[in-house]
Amino acid sequence: MISVLFFAQLREQLQCEKLTLELPAGSSVTALREQLIALNPAWLTFLTSDKLLFSVNQTLVKTSHLIHDGDEVAFFPPVTGG
Amino acid sequence: MISIQEHDFDVGAEYNALIANDTAAGAVVTFVGRVRDLNLGRDVLGLHLEHYPGMTEKSLQEIVAEAQSRWSILRYTIIHRIGDLHLGDNIVFVGVTSAHREEAFKAADFLMDYLKTRAPFWKKELTKAGSVWIESQEKDERAAKRW
Repeated sequence: MISVLFFAQLREQLQCEKLTLELPAGSSVTALREQLIALNPAWLTFLTSDKLLFSVNQTLVKTSHLIHDGDEVAFFPPVTGG
Repeated sequence: MISIQEHDFDVGAEYNALIANDTAAGAVVTFVGRVRDLNLGRDVLGLHLEHYPGMTEKSLQEIVAEAQSRWSILRYTIIHRIGDLHLGDNIVFVGVTSAHREEAFKAADFLMDYLKTRAPFWKKELTKAGSVWIESQEKDERAAKRW
């Protein structure tokens, strides 16, 4: 089981803050994204934005990063603090 | 010291904490970012600041570690506010002390550039026309790439 978090405008666009799901062992962030889109086709536009950032266990990663059971994954738009 | 907080900070108190009982620090650089009234032509009434609890602190610690590997920093303070802010309110404080000014200036500049492009904060502007999430800016990414 992994948890997936969404932040800022992406959270509002998806109308979802957090979900949990089972993911086959050895899945990448890209595979997770494909599974999320398969479950929620309306999310396609938002999850395929080329500006999105991804983190696994609170560290920024690339889409090829492999996810393990128990990981906390987050999808979010470019950051705008400061 | 790193702090993510809703309440305001006192610049004088933060300055005093940075230099207290430390006569080796010949240079202190502080930066304060505030909510301004006009952004990209929009009349701003205030901001809402969202963050990713846990990752925010972790990413700031990593940014500080990177700065410490490049410059001789004696002490540092990073404070970032979250929640609802009004026009003119303080948003962020970065303070760095070092023996000489060059290192303190560079480290503070670096910390702000990296904070703006790597720490998971998001600003939503409240304007007269409604609320709008701020888009990231190319110039901030360019600034971070200088280092």
